Amino acid sequence: MTKQVQQLDRVIIRFAGDSGDGMQLTGDRFTQETASFGNDLSTLPNFPAEIRAPAGTLPGVSSFQLHFADHDILTPGDAPNVLVAMNPAALKANIGDLPRGGDLIVNTDEFTKRNLAKVGYATNPVEDGSLAEYRVHALPLTSMTVGALTDFDISKKDAERAKNMFALGLLSWLYHRPTEGTLAFLERKFARKPDIMKANIAAFQAGWNYGETTEAFSVQYEIKPAVQPAGLYRNITGNVALSYGLVAAGVRSGLPVFLGSYPITPASDILHELSKHKRFGVRTFQAEDEIAAIGAALGASFGGSLGVTTTSGPGIALKSETIGLAVSTELPLLVIDVQRAGPSTGLPTKTEQADLLQVMYGRNGEAPVPIIAPQSPSDCFDAALEAARIAVKYRTPVVLLSDGYLANGSEPWRIPDVDSLPTIDPDFAAPGQEGFQPFKRDPETLARPWAVPGTAGLEHRIGGLEKADGSGNISYDPTNHDTMTRLRQAKIDGIANDIAPLTVDDPSGQARVLVLGWGCTYGSIAAAVRRVRSAGGHIAQAHLRHLNPFPANLGQVLRSYDKVVVPEINLGQLALLLRGKYLVDVIGYNRMRGLPFKAEELAGVIQDVIDSE
Amino acid sequence: MSELHNGNGHGALSLVPKTDVRQTAKDFKTDQEVRWCPGCGDYAILAAVQSFLPELGLRRENICFVSGIGCSSRFPYYMNTYGFHSIHGRAPAIATGLAASRPDLSVWVVTGDGDALSIGGNHLIHALRRNINLKILLFNNRIYGLTKGQYSPTSEVGKITKSTPMGSLDAPFNPISLAIGAEGTFVARTIDSDRKHLQSVLRAAAQHNGTALVEIYQNCNIFNDGAFDPLKDPEVRDDVTIRLEHGQPIVFGADGGKALRRSGFGAFEVVNVADVDPSEIVVHDAHHPDPSLAFALSRLDSPAFEHTPIGIFRQVERPSYDEQMRAQLDEAVTGQGPGDLAALLASGDTWRIDG
Repeated sequence: MTKQVQQLDRVIIRFAGDSGDGMQLTGDRFTQETASFGNDLSTLPNFPAEIRAPAGTLPGVSSFQLHFADHDILTPGDAPNVLVAMNPAALKANIGDLPRGGDLIVNTDEFTKRNLAKVGYATNPVEDGSLAEYRVHALPLTSMTVGALTDFDISKKDAERAKNMFALGLLSWLYHRPTEGTLAFLERKFARKPDIMKANIAAFQAGWNYGETTEAFSVQYEIKPAVQPAGLYRNITGNVALSYGLVAAGVRSGLPVFLGSYPITPASDILHELSKHKRFGVRTFQAEDEIAAIGAALGASFGGSLGVTTTSGPGIALKSETIGLAVSTELPLLVIDVQRAGPSTGLPTKTEQADLLQVMYGRNGEAPVPIIAPQSPSDCFDAALEAARIAVKYRTPVVLLSDGYLANGSEPWRIPDVDSLPTIDPDFAAPGQEGFQPFKRDPETLARPWAVPGTAGLEHRIGGLEKADGSGNISYDPTNHDTMTRLRQAKIDGIANDIAPLTVDDPSGQARVLVLGWGCTYGSIAAAVRRVRSAGGHIAQAHLRHLNPFPANLGQVLRSYDKVVVPEINLGQLALLLRGKYLVDVIGYNRMRGLPFKAEELAGVIQDVIDSE
Repeated sequence: MSELHNGNGHGALSLVPKTDVRQTAKDFKTDQEVRWCPGCGDYAILAAVQSFLPELGLRRENICFVSGIGCSSRFPYYMNTYGFHSIHGRAPAIATGLAASRPDLSVWVVTGDGDALSIGGNHLIHALRRNINLKILLFNNRIYGLTKGQYSPTSEVGKITKSTPMGSLDAPFNPISLAIGAEGTFVARTIDSDRKHLQSVLRAAAQHNGTALVEIYQNCNIFNDGAFDPLKDPEVRDDVTIRLEHGQPIVFGADGGKALRRSGFGAFEVVNVADVDPSEIVVHDAHHPDPSLAFALSRLDSPAFEHTPIGIFRQVERPSYDEQMRAQLDEAVTGQGPGDLAALLASGDTWRIDG
């Protein structure tokens, strides 16, 4: 039958199911199809910390939200237009986010008395009329999948497990997605299990064919590719982009990368990714604990490697003493903090921006450290390169603050030309210098020489004890300590002259209110700013990549506006730094829900501040 | 992986550049004033190390000493090599990163009983099980010196110190037993006052492929003076010291009158040579794959030093972590070719948008 085709400019789909239902995989495949079709997109995976919470329960619900459009978009979307609920728990956990009139696809096979009872449904919501305000597509996805696979020599359990591919096939039909990528993916993934491979492909095609033939769906949707700059594109998550940035930093500096890491959510994928790239000379060392991980990285830096450690907030707490040693010994070191909600163990799989003050101040003594934050998943690539540039040039540990949302979220990325990437010069100290002074500084950068073991004539000893200015010998001299403390601070402060000034986006030039963010909030803030402007409001937007030191023009920018709004997924940590340094009474907007801000919510906040002018 | 094990020239120092210049102990001394207490056992160890290193014939710039915190950890400042005085307990971790990334270095860790066994216990045991190319010198004085006299994890039970006025309660570690239990491939003990023995152990440790742990009994003349007197007193030391030598029957005593014999439960007992058939006397086998023998020897210690083995307890071959890491990198390059950044960035599903 011929179906009506309706044009849409954007769609937000949320796949939700049990942790064991393969929702992350389904979402990821739909994302790849969408990316290769040429839509702009943004994703938000949301899953529990438990690997397999009891099946069918609310804590076990895993979801994947995808926003795609025929124009450039900035966020994974506030609320889904389409919710796929594979079981009652997924329905209950997500239905509150589906706006009235939204499409709801439910797998009725899972709506059994027992499963309904597990999540506290007294009656079946699919049948009791409580979902009347949605466009409900009640489909027996499991039994249709099993029915389509009767000819395959696989167990009933394996057949049932292919239901996510049936759902993916159906959604792929509904939104006109290209299927070659998914078919090739299934062939690769199950290459060693041909029966399972064929069954999954058959389930995927059955889902597609079902959409085409059933009367349950009368409309098919089309979302045209987005107009994007010319180039070669791929979809990329923050953790992969960050890993590639580290590999690129090794290539562009000529330094071997040494990663010391201890597994921790949501940073572990960087360890996994980098461990695949040994042919770039990348060494990955899974240490016995967080302290050993950064210790080994610092030891490698001492030896002339690009030392890197990756962790999340709890790991930073353990690494603090070694970051201090790196400050004192003035060695390059990259400390990657993929933030998660705290305090303590907190919400390991949920996002937050609450480690800013920890990395800024969480060490004994005066121990300044440059801090850099990426603003989107693909920006993690550039941020990693920038962190490496500063670490090597200034002989200092640098903290890169990513977070769980950037780490697991994805977006299309225009693959850069390798020759266009910055080069990094290690500038090792040359051998054979008479009277070598390991703490004699470059007058411009205040960086000390990096003299690596194996360099004849430069034998020297470094450590955490205070060093005499120049010679680096142990010194208890009071004046020397004052001098060294100020020199270490001045070196970091001076980086402000080596980074781009903060740019402000204010197309009308009439804004009296500035919204200033950092890190992962960029997409939400920018989307909110678009809303405000399209409603006629004047608002300026700026986003900080460098949090220490701040760009040299930041104070002037802040004072150019009547009001400054600072949205953060913490209780106001950047706001505290801004007030302390610039005496500007910024207005914070703070929510800690483990999720990115919604654009609509921020637009309201910004509009309220504009209206109060 | 097998070629690692039986190939030639894969020893600890095979990749460390040699020098033709004749070195002396003086070449390894720095201009820094040594600041240990007068009479400290550390002076003897420093002098022994400085006078031993020339015989390795390594380029000085390819030797690195890494230490933690404590009296012993000031050691690197006095060695005219590269040096890193780091954080309490963390020296093995820092040295691991250095050794894993620089096969051309001879990396030494200097630590103490508090540094290695208390705050840094985790790093020590993991370095041992990984068998990374580190030579760990554990100065054991059974006391905290730098913090002025608290008991340490090797102090005997009941030790009266500033922090334990009624006596310490915790049972001590036996560093040799611990190292053997942690899968150590080279485990030895020596004494600060016996330079010849100390240097013979260092010699073997330096050549060992992997982690070598050398416990050095070291006298702290300020806070724990005389801790090892029975092993130093010319009147009694030969009676209570068991000098282990691989392949030799374990016989000791001033007149060679005592020996070790197997007893129940895999342990050893001390017997009079005259009372036993020579075939019953244990022959030391440091190379035995089963660590039980070495472990049993380590259990002969007692607080009263009735019979204390010194020398190499265990010395077995196992591929080192760093050479295996290198082999994986080489294998990746051989199998897939050297890394191509442009190809990596464009890997996976891509699409082109034309301008």
